[in-house]
Amino acid sequence: MKRKTIISKSITSRKIKKAFSRDWDLYILLVPGVIWFIMFCYIPMVGLRTAFYDYNVFKGLAGSEFVGLANFREYIGGPDFARTIKNTFMIALYQIAFCFPIPIVLAIAITEMKNKFVSKLTQTVTFLPHFISVVVVCGLVVNFLSPSQGIVNIILQKLGHDPIYFMVLPEYFRGIYTGMTLWQNAGFNAIVYIAALVGIDPQLYEAAIVDGAGKWKRITHVTIPSIMPTIVTMLVLQIGKMVKVGYESIILLYKPTTYVTADVISTYAYRTGIANRNYGLATTAGLFEAVIALIMVVAANRLSRKVTESTIW
Amino acid sequence: MKTQQKSLIESKGERIFNKSMIIIGIFISLITLYPIYYTFIASISKPLYVSNGSVMFIPRGINLESYKAAVTNKAIWIALGNTIFYTVFGVLVNLLFSMTIAYPLSKKRLFLRKQLTLFTVFTMWFSAGIIPLFLAFKDYGLLNTRVAVIFGFAINTYNMIILKSFFEQVPDSLEEAAVIDGASNIRILFSVYLPLSKPALATVGMFYAVSRWNGYFWAMNLLRDDSKMPLQVLLKKLIVDRVANETEAAIITEQSMSSPLTIIYAIIIIAIIPMMIAYPFIQKYFKSGLTIGAVKG
Repeated sequence: MKRKTIISKSITSRKIKKAFSRDWDLYILLVPGVIWFIMFCYIPMVGLRTAFYDYNVFKGLAGSEFVGLANFREYIGGPDFARTIKNTFMIALYQIAFCFPIPIVLAIAITEMKNKFVSKLTQTVTFLPHFISVVVVCGLVVNFLSPSQGIVNIILQKLGHDPIYFMVLPEYFRGIYTGMTLWQNAGFNAIVYIAALVGIDPQLYEAAIVDGAGKWKRITHVTIPSIMPTIVTMLVLQIGKMVKVGYESIILLYKPTTYVTADVISTYAYRTGIANRNYGLATTAGLFEAVIALIMVVAANRLSRKVTESTIW
Repeated sequence: MKTQQKSLIESKGERIFNKSMIIIGIFISLITLYPIYYTFIASISKPLYVSNGSVMFIPRGINLESYKAAVTNKAIWIALGNTIFYTVFGVLVNLLFSMTIAYPLSKKRLFLRKQLTLFTVFTMWFSAGIIPLFLAFKDYGLLNTRVAVIFGFAINTYNMIILKSFFEQVPDSLEEAAVIDGASNIRILFSVYLPLSKPALATVGMFYAVSRWNGYFWAMNLLRDDSKMPLQVLLKKLIVDRVANETEAAIITEQSMSSPLTIIYAIIIIAIIPMMIAYPFIQKYFKSGLTIGAVKG
């Protein structure tokens, strides 16, 4: 028994030696990337233990006081906890309700357009906003919705309506955010479905026509079932990254008056940490989000394995 | 007879369907483009016409004063220079770091390949988040440095996986031939694989370039000096926070050629132009990249 392990050990060590003698330079190539991952992904993960400290801005983590679960008690017991969790899930829900199905409809519409020019035009135009920066898109939103000179309120006033302070009133925030993401990403998200639609066997349609299926029947009985696996995969992916709502655009759009509907976990963590310098509490909120995100990803992957018999990763 | 009639009716129905699809397509395109179009016509119109709503579809009182005001703002040029710097060097660093780790990981024979791949892919499932990363930059003494912006975001795991998938598709026979010629792995990467990977590198480079050009969040938080800020951070101040106050709207007269708002619109158009110019290339490479990305990591 002992001999066996010694032999197997020597075999692995010989294997390693052989691998190194032939591929030593492959390992050298790995070095910069691995160092990068350690420095900017794994060390910050270790830094999540800041959640258990009262972080001292001047002394760093080493000079900070260990406070156990005090930050957790503060976050969970505080008024922001329920609000941020609720907003995170509500905004994610809006995304799944609107920003998920509309690209599918758009993709079907684009592939159904028999006029090649119009089809191409629609695709090119809807794809474009994805590449405009978050800052510019939020700038468009803020200026268009401005109460005094924004185009939206100018139109409202022409229709005899009083100007609406869209960016200040909490009831509009989720709608504005959802509309903005839709404009920016619908065309981009449609690409995956267009690729799937192009791959459908034309014989299926011919058979459907022979069976007397009209346009609508063909869409519901051939097109949609054919792209169902893609739809399911994308839905699972979407659920997996549900809690990672776009804090980069939310922090540009929200205001203290709209926090009640706009403040999500990551924006709360950002504000608490970067602006108020309460790094311990901010890390706690961030840790919460990261753990929920991990659970969602694992669950989504399980689900996808069950539904489509293939894992995403 | 009956069936023929039916197909005739259907072809009529189909014609209506096809016609309405054309209308829908044009309608969607117009709606999507309108915000940009409106921004453009408002930026070249007299502020009075913009604020009283007579500029909706065509510009009125055409002039370029807003653009003049925008381009004489020196800060914009400094910020643009910074953005070009971050994009060019950033993408070079991105490609170098991603390529050098993707290549070994694409080799099936690599010892500990599975573990190393998991080591990279795990970061897509679990990330520490904003605050710990910020504190890491602080601990490294990288706050307010250009190095932080360029090297801190050297790898995007998803893009790295795309490169890795691409390297995996290159036939092994090419590598074997080079091995017989006595080439080292590093040499094989640079003289066999890279020339073959130009489309993949262009795609991934484009992904990186777009995120470098458009990124504002980390630059805003890591940098302090205005002299180092990229364009997007300045744009945030000018067009989102609108440092030029709206109360100035009160002094718009028939004579005024530009207002804070029309200048904002002009700045937005200037900010979009480079993207519009690059768009045909972006479109070409992004689509091919999305299909490469469909290959699992």
